Amino acid sequence: MILETRGIGKTFGSVLALRDVSMSVTAGQVTCVLGDNGAGKSTLIKILAGVHRHDTGTLLVDGAEVSFASPREALDRGIATVYQDLAMIPLMSVWRNFFLGSEPRKGLAFDVAKARRVARDELRAMGIDIRDVDQPVGTLSGGERQSVAIARAVYFGARVLILDEPTSALGVKQAGVVLRYIARARDRGLGVVFITHNPHHAYPVGDRFLLLNRGTSLGEYGKGEITTQELTALMSGGAELEELAHELERE
Amino acid sequence: MTGAQARADDRMADVGLVRRLLIRPELGAVVGLVVVFVFFASQSPVFRSPAGIANWLDPAATLGIMAVAVALLMIGGEFDLSAGVLTGTSGLILVTLATRFGFNVWVAMLVGLVVALAVGFANGLIVTRTRLPSFIVTLGTFLMLQGINLGVTKAITGTVQVSGLRRAEGFEGANALFAGTIEIGGTSFRVAILWWVLVTAVATWVLVRSRAGNWIFAVGGNEQAARAVGVPAARTKIALFMTTAFAAWLVGSIMALRYTSVQANIGIGQEFIYIIAAVIGGCLLTGGYGSAVGAAIGAVIFGMADKGIVFLGWDADWFKFFLGAMLLLATLANRLVRRYAEEVRH
Repeated sequence: MILETRGIGKTFGSVLALRDVSMSVTAGQVTCVLGDNGAGKSTLIKILAGVHRHDTGTLLVDGAEVSFASPREALDRGIATVYQDLAMIPLMSVWRNFFLGSEPRKGLAFDVAKARRVARDELRAMGIDIRDVDQPVGTLSGGERQSVAIARAVYFGARVLILDEPTSALGVKQAGVVLRYIARARDRGLGVVFITHNPHHAYPVGDRFLLLNRGTSLGEYGKGEITTQELTALMSGGAELEELAHELERE
Repeated sequence: MTGAQARADDRMADVGLVRRLLIRPELGAVVGLVVVFVFFASQSPVFRSPAGIANWLDPAATLGIMAVAVALLMIGGEFDLSAGVLTGTSGLILVTLATRFGFNVWVAMLVGLVVALAVGFANGLIVTRTRLPSFIVTLGTFLMLQGINLGVTKAITGTVQVSGLRRAEGFEGANALFAGTIEIGGTSFRVAILWWVLVTAVATWVLVRSRAGNWIFAVGGNEQAARAVGVPAARTKIALFMTTAFAAWLVGSIMALRYTSVQANIGIGQEFIYIIAAVIGGCLLTGGYGSAVGAAIGAVIFGMADKGIVFLGWDADWFKFFLGAMLLLATLANRLVRRYAEEVRH
């Protein structure tokens, strides 16, 4: 187990953003974090990513308790986060983006040849079919951009990959592409935390499912313990959906 | 895998070459350069003679040094309105210290450099710390420097200019290095042209072949995203402001050594010319895109138009019209390129 939280919680002033959440991330497995808007998903991943410090409970990396002061510290422990609004520069080429902030050096210079080659090889190794690493990132589709960000995190030695709603802004086909790269990262032995509000995206690729609602955990389930229908029902509060169905029925 | 690879390569062939050419930021400037050169060269034999070329390359060089530095700054997402006046400040410091306080020319130049770099550092620090638009911050320094230039010069000399640099110690050497001429095939070219080529070459190398270059594009393209992946955004921007200040010092010193006197109001209004040359060279006003070579070409277009209009015997007022037309055309071309580069394909 690489990453684990035990009864973790966070308050912002008088707002209880997260309360008593326990979850675990194992190498080569995908842990899905599911919940509606405002369920506390972002607060949880920001704690894992080192953006926020938790107030209660414990955060463990490799079994030892930690408290991250910055995203850099989390990154140094091998926890990489790919945010929805991606840290990519649209007007810069794929390879320049790939190495941004960690450019390989050759003497005083930026080893451009190596950067180009490695970016191309890494993307290919992840099965990402980019036409040309010289093209600006802005010309890539949403799914391709997510994939490049994932490949970058994998290349820079991430052991845990946190993906913040990577599929939410994508069409069905593009979402499928991203899910395939999540599986590929998992197969390369990374622990993946996949945040989503879509159980249909989570179920096929997930090994464990953490359900959040209004800042609290509705439980963590293994794949065998729950079905897609149950996930959907739990997430939205099944009763509420039924009520809505009644309400919307023609009179 | 081989199948997929072949397919990928096929697709590269359709979009690759045309796109790569179109996406070059210098494209518009190169087209402009050819059109302007052909226009003037076809009408004026003097314009296309070696002496004529030396003549219009000279204003291109001093403007070009500034335009290249300003282009780097603009790619980094910032403006510097104080750059023009700072050339005056650097020149005034040099001539005043050398003629009124008995400094050696080289020492006076060093003092000018230190002051210029300090101004650049201050600009950068204020912009990065306060996150105020650099347009406002450097407008402030612009006005302050303008006041200092005039106020101090008047207080010391009682007039609005300092002169007499020729008699100062160390003038000969400095003059040869910064303001001299070189003979090529019987035509004498200003040595400033070499400085301009050197500055453009170094700037280009930094932009496309150094880590700092990657950071410059990134902080101009999306500062937040750049910072998120560990780019030292504030340091990059401060260095860019100091680079512009360095260029202002270089140009100010070249002009002071060449004319041996400096007017206290020199450089005012030039800041916009630098920005215009950079924009004609393909820099986006919004940052994150552009090239040093483009800005240098933008400066050549200026130099050609500036002198070419005189060679043709036209009224110099037409230069301003030409300037405005070039700027509009260049900005339109840049917008097309940017849209092309940013369009998302699904």
